[in-house]
Amino acid sequence: MKKHNLVSRLELTNITKQYPGCLANDNICMTLMPGEIHALLGENGAGKSTLVKTIYGVVAPDKGDIIWDGKEVSITSPSIARDLGIGMVFQHFSLFETLTVSQNIELCLSKAQLDKIGDLAKRITHLSNEYGLNVNPTRYVHSLSIGERQRVEIMRCLVQSVKLLILDEPTSVLTPQEVAGLFGVLRTLSKEGCSILFISHKLHEVTEICHKATILRGGKVVDTCIPNSETPASIAKMMVGDLAEQDAGYIKREGSKQIFHVKNLSLPAKQPFGTTLQNINLELKAGEILGIAGVAGNGQDELMAIISGEDDRNVKKSLSLDNLDIGHLHAGERRKLGMAYVPEERLGRGAVPEMSLMENTLLTHSNGFVKNGLVEWKNIKEYTSALIAKYKVKCHGEFSEAKSLSGGNLQKFIMGREIGQNPKVLICAHPTWGVDVGAALAIHQALLALRDQGAAILLISEDIDELFLLADRMAAVCDGHLSPLVKTETTNIDQIGQWMAGTFINKLSNHPQEAKA
Amino acid sequence: MIRIQARTEPSSIMKLVSPILAIALTLIFGCILFSAIGKSPAQALHVLLIAPLADSYNIGEMFVKMGPLLLCAVGLSLCYRANMWNIGAEGQLLAGALGGSAMALYFIDSESALALPITLLAGMVSGMLWSAIPTFLKLRFNSNLILTTIMFNYIALYLLIWAVHGPLRDPQGFGFPESAMFADSTLLPTLFESSRIHLGIVFAIISAFIAWFILSKSHLGFQIRVFGADEPAARYAGFSSKKLSWFVMLFAGALAGLAGISETTGPIGQLVPNVSPGYGYSAIIVAYLGRLHPLGAIIAAMFMAVLYMGGDLAQIEMGIPVAVVSMFQGVLLFFLLACDFFINNRLAFSNQATN
Repeated sequence: MKKHNLVSRLELTNITKQYPGCLANDNICMTLMPGEIHALLGENGAGKSTLVKTIYGVVAPDKGDIIWDGKEVSITSPSIARDLGIGMVFQHFSLFETLTVSQNIELCLSKAQLDKIGDLAKRITHLSNEYGLNVNPTRYVHSLSIGERQRVEIMRCLVQSVKLLILDEPTSVLTPQEVAGLFGVLRTLSKEGCSILFISHKLHEVTEICHKATILRGGKVVDTCIPNSETPASIAKMMVGDLAEQDAGYIKREGSKQIFHVKNLSLPAKQPFGTTLQNINLELKAGEILGIAGVAGNGQDELMAIISGEDDRNVKKSLSLDNLDIGHLHAGERRKLGMAYVPEERLGRGAVPEMSLMENTLLTHSNGFVKNGLVEWKNIKEYTSALIAKYKVKCHGEFSEAKSLSGGNLQKFIMGREIGQNPKVLICAHPTWGVDVGAALAIHQALLALRDQGAAILLISEDIDELFLLADRMAAVCDGHLSPLVKTETTNIDQIGQWMAGTFINKLSNHPQEAKA
Repeated sequence: MIRIQARTEPSSIMKLVSPILAIALTLIFGCILFSAIGKSPAQALHVLLIAPLADSYNIGEMFVKMGPLLLCAVGLSLCYRANMWNIGAEGQLLAGALGGSAMALYFIDSESALALPITLLAGMVSGMLWSAIPTFLKLRFNSNLILTTIMFNYIALYLLIWAVHGPLRDPQGFGFPESAMFADSTLLPTLFESSRIHLGIVFAIISAFIAWFILSKSHLGFQIRVFGADEPAARYAGFSSKKLSWFVMLFAGALAGLAGISETTGPIGQLVPNVSPGYGYSAIIVAYLGRLHPLGAIIAAMFMAVLYMGGDLAQIEMGIPVAVVSMFQGVLLFFLLACDFFINNRLAFSNQATN
C-alpha cells in the first residue's frame, strides 16, 4: 500500500438503494485507497452485490455520491465504469467458449481502446509475463480450466489499465494451488497501486490477503476491521451478529455396513465439453459422510447425474444399493428405494421457481401425500409449514414461490425436504455454495444429524474446508478419475489439493491396488 | 429512444391482458382491412361478432361449432403444458371421424342402445391411435413431434377421402363421395327441439372440467405442470417423461377423436370429405388464447366459434370472402404471440441515447 498517497481511489458516501420491499443499501460509506485490497463481507442478502453493481454502473443508487480519484462522478453504465478504470470479474464468467482468449478480450474493447493498444496479442503476452497470469492469447476458451478462465477475465480488466478491480467470490471455483496463484497476482497488482475490492465467504482468505474489510449486514455497514489482526471466527461474529458458532471440531465417524456401491463405472461424456468418467469405484457406508473434492467440471456433474438417474443411460451392474443393482432404474424408482439428492442448482432444478413451497415439497416428496392418484394438499400444507419452522426458512409461508426465497433459505428448504424423506443414501452437491454463514451452519448440522441417524451421505463440494469439516472419508476427482479414498484424519489439504490437480492418475494406473488404500 | 428491455420477472398482469389486447389489435386490423376493400368496418364487425349472438338459432350454431374446438383445445392445452408440441389435433379429429363412422355404418341396421356408446368409443380409440404413432416415433426415435403430427394430419385427411370414395361410400349414393346416412341409434341426441345443439358441447365442457381437475388435483397433473414449467426439475424429481408424454398425447387424441365422431354423428349425420373446417388447427389458437388453462379454453373456444359463425354470416350478408376467418385467426395468433413477448420484456423509454 502506498501510504503517502492521500487521495482516495474511491469514496462512497451515503449510498442508498431501495428495492420494492427491501432496503438493499442503507447509507453506505466506504473508502478505498490506491493499492488497497479491501474485503466486502456479509451474509447473503446483506447488500454486497447491490453495492458492487452500483460501483460498476449496473445499478443506479437512489441517493449518495461516488467520488473517484477526488472527483465526484456519476457512473450510469458499465462502459463509463470501464472508462474510469474499474474492472469487474463476476462470479459466473462471461466468456465465449468457441472463441480464443484474444478474441474474447477484443470483444469488450472499444475501437479507440483497440487503436491505442495496437497488437492485442502482444499486449496480452506482455501482461501475462508481467503478472505471472500464464494466459496464452491464441488458446480457445473451451480448452481452458476454470482457473485459467478466471485469469482471462482478470486479463480482460488489465488490458484496459484497471485502477480498481472488483472480484466477486473469486476463489470458490479454484484449487488451493490456484488460489495461491491468484493471490500472488492480486498482491502484484496491489503493489502497483491498483485497488482491489474482494467479495468472499471464505474468511481465512480474507485474513490472509486483505488490508481492510467492510462488513455489511441488512444493507448497513456494521463494522470495519483490519483482517490480519482478527481471526476468521471473530470476523464471522461481526457478519452474523452473535449467533455464529464456527466450530471446526465435529466428531468423525467410522460408518457401519457398506450400503451403496459404484463399481467400474466408465461413461463417455454426453455433451461436447463434458467429462468422461473413467473407471470410478467407490463404496459408501451407512453412517458416514464421504466427501469428494474437485475443481468444477472434472466429472462431478456427470457422476451426480448418473447416480441420481437423471442421466438415463443404463449402467445396471455399476450401481448398487443394498446389494441390489439400480443402474437400470429411472430416477423416480431410485428415490423410492431410499435415495435422495440435493442438486447444485437450487432454482430451476432443486425447486421449480414459479411454484409454491408446497408444490415444491411435492416435487420429490410424494410418499404419503398422494392417495388414489390425487394430491392431498391439506397434508402437504401442514408438512411444509412444519418444514419451514424446523429449518427456519425465511419466507412468507408455504404459499411463497420458490424464486422469492434467498439462495440460503431455499437451500435449507431443499435440504429439509430431502432429509425429511429419511433417505438411506443422500447425494449432496455443493450444499453451502453461496450460502451465508448462519444458513451454512444449519445445513452442516442437518447433514451431521442425518449421518448420525445412519444414512450414508455422498458430499460433492468445491469448498475444501467444508469437506475437511464434515467428511469422514475423502477423495478427489480430476478429469473423470476418482482418487483413492482416505480417512479425513489421515490426509491434509496439500494431498487433496494435489489429487484435485490429478497427481494420482498415473499412480492409479500403475498400481491399481492403491485404490483400495 | 425506445428500447426493449427484459423484465426481471414475467408480468402476471400481462399474462392475462395479452389475449384481450391481441383481440383488440386484431379487430383494429380488421377495421383497416374492411375499409381498404370498401366495406363499412362497423357493419363488418357487427356481422362478425354481434350477429352470431343475435338470435337463438345463431347461438345454437355457435355452440355446435364450439364443441369440437373446445374438445381439441383442452387436449392440446395439456400437451403444451407438458412441452409436447402436438399440432395433430386435426388429423386425430379426422381419424376419430373415420374410425367412428366405420363403426356407425356397422350399426346401420341396429337399434341397440349400445350402438352410440360403442361408436363414440371407436372414434376416441381411432383418435388415440392417430396420436399414438407420432408419440411412439418421438419417444423411440426422437423424431420431431411437430413435423410428424402435421404429416399425420394429411395422412388422415387422404385416408378419409379414400374411404368415402371407396369402402365407406354409400352404395345408393349416386357415386357421391359420402357414406350412407347413419341410423338413428348412432346419432347424438340434440339438446333442444328447434336447434342443432347436440351432446358434443356437453362432452366438451365436461372434458374441460376433467382436464382442470387432473391438472390441479392429481399427482399426474402436477407432474405435467412441473414438466412444462421446469424440465430439469422434473428430471431431477424422477418424473417419467415417457409416461407423461403418453398420457397427454393419448388424452388429446381421445378428445380430438371424440370431436370428430361427434361431428359425423351429430350435425352431419354421415361421413363426408369435409368433416372439419380446420377445427384442429384453430384449436391451437384457442389453447393459447385460453392461456393453456382448460377452463380458459372454454371462453376462448366460444370466441373462436363466434368468429367462425361471423365468417359465414359475413359471406352471406356482405359478400366478404369466407377466407376472412382464416385470416382473422392468423392475425389473432400473430398479435397474441407479439403481446406474449411483452410478458417477459418491456419497452423502456429514455431520452438519452446509451451505448
